[in-house]
Amino acid sequence: MIAVERLTHRYGAVEVLDNVSLEIPAGGFVGLVGPSGCGKSTLLKVLAGLLVPDSGDATIDGRSVVGSPGRTAYMPQRDLLLAWRRTLGNATIGAEIAGTPRRQAESQARTLLGRFGLEGFERAWPAELSGGMRQRLALLRTFLCGHDVLLLDEPFGALDAITRRDMHEWLQQVLADDPRTVLLVTHDVEEALVLSDTVIVLSDRPARVVKQLSVELQRPRESDVVTSKPFVELKASLLEALRTGRT
Amino acid sequence: MRLGRGFRVGRWLPPAALIALLLLVWELSVRALGTPAYILPPPSAIVVAFGEVRPLLGQHIVTTGTEALAGILVGAVIGVALAVAVWALPLFRRLTYPLLVASQTVPMVVLAPLLVLWFGFGLTPKVVVVALIAVFPVAISTVQGLAAVDGEQIDLLRSMGAGRRDILRVVLVPSATPAFFAGLRIASAYAIAGAVIGEWVGASSGLGLFLTRSQASFRVDRVFVGVAVITVLSVALFGVVDLLARVVAPWQRAGREQEEDV
Ligand SMILES: Nc1ncnc2c1ncn2[C@@H]1O[C@H](COP(=O)(O)OP(=O)(O)OP(=O)(O)O)[C@@H](O)[C@H]1O
Ligand SMILES: [Mg+2]
Repeated sequence: MIAVERLTHRYGAVEVLDNVSLEIPAGGFVGLVGPSGCGKSTLLKVLAGLLVPDSGDATIDGRSVVGSPGRTAYMPQRDLLLAWRRTLGNATIGAEIAGTPRRQAESQARTLLGRFGLEGFERAWPAELSGGMRQRLALLRTFLCGHDVLLLDEPFGALDAITRRDMHEWLQQVLADDPRTVLLVTHDVEEALVLSDTVIVLSDRPARVVKQLSVELQRPRESDVVTSKPFVELKASLLEALRTGRT
Repeated sequence: MRLGRGFRVGRWLPPAALIALLLLVWELSVRALGTPAYILPPPSAIVVAFGEVRPLLGQHIVTTGTEALAGILVGAVIGVALAVAVWALPLFRRLTYPLLVASQTVPMVVLAPLLVLWFGFGLTPKVVVVALIAVFPVAISTVQGLAAVDGEQIDLLRSMGAGRRDILRVVLVPSATPAFFAGLRIASAYAIAGAVIGEWVGASSGLGLFLTRSQASFRVDRVFVGVAVITVLSVALFGVVDLLARVVAPWQRAGREQEEDV
């Protein structure tokens, strides 16, 4: 379980997080939406152990992660692929850092290449991949980190709408087979609703929690769920919350 | 890759043709004007001179080549060490950066006699000249490479629990490698000429000695042979370093190939 308690942070004079608290049960999927620049990535960096907040705490299974990286699988907003490593080498970095034997890491990566649409590109350099492929490779790298908690910062941001829908269905399948605890940051309200158990809406900077919404739609949610009546109602209330969060 | 060969020929042909044309113009005009050979010999005379001195050249080439290679190696090692120190220690940077830049304003021709005075007539002063030439581009370029490392990539690695060594191995070293080679390429272009300058002051073997002797005996044709050999050696050394860079940093060419073809 992830618990964020009263996080407050500022960069110099810029207040970014204002008393943010939230909880994600083990195996849960929380979507985090909020206006651009409100502090979503900052919150993820705290959970990844990369940024020490001014005050407040963040724990995973009761242990604080503040200032102690290496306990989550973090996917930053930019893909940050290493130009000097081929697809397979990029996919297995996390495993390599964790000390997994290379062969084992590579065979594990190979079995997933197909599902991530990277089949046949295992020896390609990042410069030879399309934007969507780069994003999927970054996602694969995150999955292979070997941690229960996934912190995903706009993982599908660079994908076209069609691929994005496919990825939504695909991600639900993958998580059904291999459950993880996920915190997903997104700009896309529909994406948050399709994927999440709970959607949390943040206000403009400094970010406060404006609304927390349970999404009780049956899984698996197919792409046509977005036109169903309950979905449309949930979406309306999310958009309303986003509006009230603007200053 | 498959395109490589045809591509290469297309690339080398125009400059080769230009050189051939210039040589032809040179040959014809020297003949037409009746220029004496001790002022400017025609290319054909230089080729003849080359045939004469060929048995002697081998040893000179080995000497100069050895000096240049050793100098580059020493210069590269010191250059990288300096770069790491400048990058990691802000105080060191402030202390030495101006000195490093100022050192480049001292002409090698002035320094060479001093080095002979200090290190004798053997290999050492020549290696030092080349090393001094090589240190600067390697250090400056490597510093830039290290400074351009993506901090977010380091953060990503840290989020995975990577330590300093992992980060050094996985991010810093490979990230700075192309810049290092950019510096080394420049150094390699000047290395042979640097060794020759070192030999100019005093040497028992080497292309510099060959040149000074040829000059002293007014054999302008042999001077040109020496110059041609130095040029060919320099280009070859540059080519070797370039090849090395491609082997060590193959990703550099990825994604650029398509653009080049256009
Ligand atoms: N390292 C930093 N130093 C100073 N200010 C920063 C730093 N990182 C982020 N900020 C500022 O903090 C605010 C929140 O940034 P953050 O990246 O968390 O926003 P975000 O919600 O992820 O935005 P987006 O949706 O556009 O990605 C922004 O105003 C940004 O300018
Ligand atoms: Mg962000």
